[in-house]
Amino acid sequence: MNILEINDLSKLFQLYILNNKRIEGLKNIHFTVKEGEIVGLTGKSGSGKSSLMKCIYRTYLASSGEILYSSGAGVIDLVRADDHAIIALRKNEITYCSQFLSVIPRVPAVDVVCERLFRVEKDKDQARQKAREMLEDLGLPVELWDAFPVTFSGGEQQRINVARAIISRPRLLLIDEPTASLDPRTKDIVIRMILELKKHGTSVLCISHDEYTLERLVDRRLHLQHGEIVETALA
Amino acid sequence: MSGKNDNWLLRVRNLTKIYGEPDENTLNLTGPEYHSNICPATESIVACADINFDLYPGEVLGIVGESGSGKSTVVKLLHFDMEATGGSAWLRPYANGHSNILGESGQKKRTIRNHLMGMVYQNPRDGLNFKFSSGGNIAEKLIMAGNFHVGNIRNRASSLLEKTEVPVRRMDDQPSSFSGGMQQRVQIAKAIANNPPLLFLDEVTTGLDVSVQAKVLDLIRELQQDLGIAMIVVSHDLSVIRMLTDRTIVMKNGRIVESGLTDQILQDPQHAYSQLLVSSLL
Repeated sequence: MNILEINDLSKLFQLYILNNKRIEGLKNIHFTVKEGEIVGLTGKSGSGKSSLMKCIYRTYLASSGEILYSSGAGVIDLVRADDHAIIALRKNEITYCSQFLSVIPRVPAVDVVCERLFRVEKDKDQARQKAREMLEDLGLPVELWDAFPVTFSGGEQQRINVARAIISRPRLLLIDEPTASLDPRTKDIVIRMILELKKHGTSVLCISHDEYTLERLVDRRLHLQHGEIVETALA
Repeated sequence: MSGKNDNWLLRVRNLTKIYGEPDENTLNLTGPEYHSNICPATESIVACADINFDLYPGEVLGIVGESGSGKSTVVKLLHFDMEATGGSAWLRPYANGHSNILGESGQKKRTIRNHLMGMVYQNPRDGLNFKFSSGGNIAEKLIMAGNFHVGNIRNRASSLLEKTEVPVRRMDDQPSSFSGGMQQRVQIAKAIANNPPLLFLDEVTTGLDVSVQAKVLDLIRELQQDLGIAMIVVSHDLSVIRMLTDRTIVMKNGRIVESGLTDQILQDPQHAYSQLLVSSLL
């Protein structure tokens, strides 16, 4: 079954503050993602990988086309769904893990990881316990668990970012460069964790420049160039 | 879960506030396309017009815009601090959402406000009575909401101060002897004393230094998480909006120019004015 079916998607940025300059971000994007499948997005910087992911998450508004998502409650077009429907999906089914950690100041690492769990689970201690186990798996030093992630190194922040995206076991995970600033050992752990999610049925769209990660993680690759998919290949 | 739009807590339609004597063209000659909210014919001022939105239970909605865009007016009208010129609003817990709260009598409005709403103003002096102690301020709100047992009131006040990290031993001190951040937290404690389903926050972190600001933001975030209070957050500070809200409304010259998911407004703004606003972010 397809969890995601994207038809004729395009994204045009119209910049009023730059004399109405128009930038074509994405053109005629077509592809599907099956349940439990991991699809890699590759391509040079600026080729449209992150734009595509953001259109699916609705951080960007697509200009035309449709993004059909099979939610637990039926098929929904993410391009046209109302904001409240998107908020509900983000809470329960779809998570997005960007390259950069953006956090509320003064919230300890464990609570940052738990954020999504807190929204659905009332038992905070149980949620925190789950987060600690995950941070332990990811090799984040214990003394950092209650510290504020703003001060963390790049690799430490990345682990927090990955942990908070996967802790709630989403149905669809959109993940941007999950292993970029990690050492080889931690890289392997992150890859293993994502594969573990896949086993439980999670579908994943993953942007990566890292051949090592792609080889071990993805079932299929889509290669983007100037906003178009130019090549589809099995892993 | 999708498409159903009957789950609102607060529904606002065509909310309008005009100062002066408008004529039939006033609304057509003001707004963002004219870069003005002053009617050229009548000189009446359109503080806000055609404001429409639904707020869901537990949702945090941001309203951004420059000074004079009408964002504070919107919450002040909904909190009955001023009277609307036109429009309607329905609040689900009141008459099951069937009665326009803006059309109710003054007495009914006070009841609605005392039982179902909380408001935190930019200036603590607007929300607190500086002649009362901090505990007394909270008691005032509790009494208005129908609690008269002194012991209960004191207990509730001290637990609220604890929640908002104000030292409980200072319960009997007047807020005038507190720092700005502490005053703001007492104001928040007072605003949520009646367990309102709806809380308005008007520029609550403006003028506080960054560490105190972080503390207040933290508190608001926690209240939202723990108590599930729906909030409308008015701010010209986009970082505050980014941290606190799910959805955002952008206002200019008294009108809504764009509304959407907060990350969409910040990363893919559609309206020329929103683009300008976002590109000005430090």
